[in-house]
Amino acid sequence: MQTIVHSILHIGFWLLVPPLLPGVINKVKAWVAGRRGPPLFLLYYDLARLLRKHVVMSETASPGFILAPVIGWTALGLATAFIPFGSAGALICFKGDFILFIYLLALSRFCTVWAAMETGSAFEGMGSAREVGFAVLAEAALITALLSLCVQSGSLSMEAILSPSAGTGTLLLAAGLFTILLSENCRVPFDDPNTHLELTMIHEVMVLDHSGPPLAIILHGASVKLMLFSVLLVQAVLPVGTQSPAVSMALLLGGTAVVTLAIGATESLMARFAFNRVPLLLTTAFLLCLFALLAAWRGGVA
Amino acid sequence: MNSMLNNLIALAIGLNLIALGTSRIPSLIRAMSVQGVILGIMPVLMDHHLDWRVIAIAVATVGVKGVAIPHMLNRAMRSANIDRDMEPLIGYVPSLLLGAAGTIAVMVLSRYLPLLPHHSGSLLVPGALASVLTGFILLIGRTKAISQVCGYLILENGIYLFGLLLLESTPLMVEAGILLDLTVAVFVIGIIVDRIQREFDSLDTRKLTALRE
Repeated sequence: MQTIVHSILHIGFWLLVPPLLPGVINKVKAWVAGRRGPPLFLLYYDLARLLRKHVVMSETASPGFILAPVIGWTALGLATAFIPFGSAGALICFKGDFILFIYLLALSRFCTVWAAMETGSAFEGMGSAREVGFAVLAEAALITALLSLCVQSGSLSMEAILSPSAGTGTLLLAAGLFTILLSENCRVPFDDPNTHLELTMIHEVMVLDHSGPPLAIILHGASVKLMLFSVLLVQAVLPVGTQSPAVSMALLLGGTAVVTLAIGATESLMARFAFNRVPLLLTTAFLLCLFALLAAWRGGVA
Repeated sequence: MNSMLNNLIALAIGLNLIALGTSRIPSLIRAMSVQGVILGIMPVLMDHHLDWRVIAIAVATVGVKGVAIPHMLNRAMRSANIDRDMEPLIGYVPSLLLGAAGTIAVMVLSRYLPLLPHHSGSLLVPGALASVLTGFILLIGRTKAISQVCGYLILENGIYLFGLLLLESTPLMVEAGILLDLTVAVFVIGIIVDRIQREFDSLDTRKLTALRE
């Protein structure tokens, strides 16, 4: 009975809450700029509107154009099942599941790229190339970050590595994971989610030709991914899992709110980086995570 | 207490990376001064019995490395009218990778060093050696005088970190003396930078090797 309630709560949370995050980020940006900004629940209205519309398909597209977003969204949803929710634990948990977690994220990225290439547009190919190029470095950094958590906690499942704090390398890991979060979710300084110039877009250009329900689940999937990385960052840095249920829930929600505000502040205060400087920043993030791994390895022995 | 200390040293190592990877001199100065401040507050956290002299040294270190030296360097930078080291001898990505490889090597090496038992779990020695290496890479790889000064200061941060191992046995007078030397050195370098700029219209130290009567 308890597992059923837990599953329903988990699925309900990941379905309903993530679209709030982009709204909060946009509100923060508007507040810094002195504007009133779009409504907080804009993405919910957008999703409801898109779900009622028809799909427009390119003549070159195969059924993969519809199939790929569905697979990508499912992969992301499955990845959330490995994320523990405070002291409540994860839905699915087995030894070594963090490797599956990384591969599920990779699968969802592959599906976004696949759907983008289906349209046969040159712009979308360009965006896909950029997305995959950045991912090479960002994924290495994410793997290193999870490895350092494994070394720190001495276990191999997401639930166990996320419940204590990251120990010696906490500050390095926080900086590294935040940079990965910005890169993986195509936020400033890697990509500008507001831009409408195809030459500089990454994520936005890949979903340019999607419409109707597939676009709705792509947008929802993007917000789930943002939530996923924020929750991952909070649980990696703070010892959320070892507290009592009420405290852990408060820490988790408060931490996620702080991360969201930090993303909004970063977007308001920074400009986009030129493309040739992005690898340098991602290499720095990778090395920060690598140093966190070293610190966990060296500092944790004693 | 030890894990808090290790966390701060890990952060100092992270700042080494930022110093190596950035091309803008203001961020290099900021990374160096933040590192100085972090190292400055460390003796207060380390010492079990808080002495007024320890606190005085900590306040002086934070004041000199966090405020005075960055201020002087920023002024020298503004008077020389540069804010980027455009053509380093070792590029940014290679120097970043070099620094990372050095840090990893130092971490491995420090496992085999015969340290006192209560220092063996600490990151003090690898952190110190990593900062020294970073300082060397900046000194060798950059061409502008101000970035070289920042390299020299990061090198000094590493030596200071090493000195924390001997906190119980070195008189604090030595630390105070080093701090004074450092301030004077940076002050003098500020003047020299200004002179180089006036004489050569550039801060490229390579031009100094071709001096003739």
